[in-house]
Amino acid sequence: MSVELPQVRVEGIGFWASRLPGWNIARAVIRGEQAAPDTASVRPAPTMLAPTERRRAPDTVAVALEVASKACESAGRAPSDLPSVFASTHGDLAISDYMCATLAATPTLISPVKFHNSVHNAAAGYWSIGAGSYAPYTALSAFRYTFGVGLLEAVTQVACENRPVLYVAFDIEAKGPLGAIAPSRGLLGAALVLAPASADHGGRKLALRIEDGNSPVSTPACSAAATLVGDNALAPCLPLFEALAADDASTTAFQLSDRMSLHVRTS
Amino acid sequence: MPVRPLRISSYTLCSAAGEGRERTLEALRERRSGLRPNDFGASPLPTWIGRVPDLEHQSLPEPYAQWDCRNNRLAWRGLISDGFRDAVLQARERYGAQRVAVVVGTSTSSIGASEEAYCRLEADGQYPPDLRRPIIHTPHSLGDFVQHALGLSGINVTVATACSSSAKVFAQAERLMRSGLADAAVVGGVDTLCGSVLFGFNSLELVSPQPCRPFDVQRRGINLGEAAGFALLERDAGSGPWLIGYGESSDAHHMSTPHPEGLGARAALADALERAGIAPQDIDYINLHGTASQKNDEVEARLVADLFPESTIASSTKGWTGHTLGAAGIVEAGITLLALEHGLLPGTLNSESLDPACGPQIRCENTQRAARRALSFSFGFGGSNCVLAFAGDESP
Repeated sequence: MSVELPQVRVEGIGFWASRLPGWNIARAVIRGEQAAPDTASVRPAPTMLAPTERRRAPDTVAVALEVASKACESAGRAPSDLPSVFASTHGDLAISDYMCATLAATPTLISPVKFHNSVHNAAAGYWSIGAGSYAPYTALSAFRYTFGVGLLEAVTQVACENRPVLYVAFDIEAKGPLGAIAPSRGLLGAALVLAPASADHGGRKLALRIEDGNSPVSTPACSAAATLVGDNALAPCLPLFEALAADDASTTAFQLSDRMSLHVRTS
Repeated sequence: MPVRPLRISSYTLCSAAGEGRERTLEALRERRSGLRPNDFGASPLPTWIGRVPDLEHQSLPEPYAQWDCRNNRLAWRGLISDGFRDAVLQARERYGAQRVAVVVGTSTSSIGASEEAYCRLEADGQYPPDLRRPIIHTPHSLGDFVQHALGLSGINVTVATACSSSAKVFAQAERLMRSGLADAAVVGGVDTLCGSVLFGFNSLELVSPQPCRPFDVQRRGINLGEAAGFALLERDAGSGPWLIGYGESSDAHHMSTPHPEGLGARAALADALERAGIAPQDIDYINLHGTASQKNDEVEARLVADLFPESTIASSTKGWTGHTLGAAGIVEAGITLLALEHGLLPGTLNSESLDPACGPQIRCENTQRAARRALSFSFGFGGSNCVLAFAGDESP
């Protein structure tokens, strides 16, 4: 069985990885037009937050807010206008390590700031505060299928509510004993502003189709960027950004379950 | 924009107040609280908790051993209550395993298992062998377990927006069904007691040393609880109450303090009423968020006093269950559905002298009165708000 969703327009793109700091660099590396920087960049500063919160912001918040604000900027949309979908495989792995280690040693010394930042919706919450947005956000996870499931929710919202939606996905570097069980390296964030597609608008479009069958597959990454982000838990997002970096239309598949896959036609 | 109502063809809830609908209803009717002095963990803080008995001694059935942990044990306890799992298996036969979505909410999922691993690390710093199971150390532990325990293979997502998580799942499921991506959906949520939330909320000075007293002028904070709850949403079921609307918003204010005028909460309420095509005077009962924190209750009391007529009865049921965080949305949706079904509108347990901000709507005592339409409020950490609107079996 196959179900199609209405086509959406890609109004804006944000992308940030430790070795690919920004969509322009990532796009050029994917296209083979330039080599990746030799060294990892320092993490982006979440400038939309007040100074105290900016200083305390964990890596999840820093990378998510960076790609979210760049996607809005390139879409020419005010951040406060957009409902948002935040997706992360593991959430804040560094703070989970801190919480578990502190609870094992000195539980009454848990830092209230760290506890604030430990929730899965911390990045979404700080985004809504920084953007001054009363629009709803959600924060979700689907383990190895996280990126495709989050994209599906964002496009479903565009279709159901007939309004533009911000999609933000991110994962960060794991720390401590948890790192062996939930491995993830470096920072990786990706964001899209998606809007209802109409005939009179140009630009890139995505058409999503769900298919079920016995052997769903995901399209593998194939560009020079693959080795730069391949060890981050969000690496499954890369094939879509390879498709967006290319001039030609293509279809990217994301597995959603044991029997279901999402096919994204980029044109 | 208005939504087409969906039938809730089966639902269940399991908290410290009771396991299953019948026992929960009894506890509500008899005003029997599930709260008890905190006895969770090695060095319990001086507070009260809503703990579900015997989760420590009941591991998951063998086929699900890889998901075994406190949170998934409570999920299983919920799934097998009230014949819920059987109802889903029948829906699976009707629609196909890939056409029944699973959308569940949690705040901490099975982080308790990670906390345990850190207390029992091997000499080389690795997890103990019995806990080297990646799926229970990631937020989607809950959604992955529920999907496999029900033999489903459709869209499956874990929503984690703190206290609004298992309310927002109704909205996401409705969108999936409206878009034709699923014919039915299992929604719900599970959260279990763990060190992270007990010591975390304690660090914010939000935990009460006494049984929580929502909306009481002398309230001193929250009691944490654990719970599981589920509902099966279908478009064309023959009977069952209705989901008639939902509203979602953000506060854009602070991570752990609500907006002082409740702007986000009011926006979520307006959205829910608009989708349901109803007005405040159509509402017979509201199950409030009512955590017993100073700020939440003050803001929520003013919102209710400002916007609802005297005929609307409102209460917080956290004196029965404690604040079950990511499960609060579904547990209180379940209590709201029980209220519609049985005409038992619960009061606010433990509270005696209401805050002056409360209008006549907020009641301490139970009321027996037929109710047609009801709301459930969930206003969460991180400023995420959700309001659900339900109608009884007779008509949406």
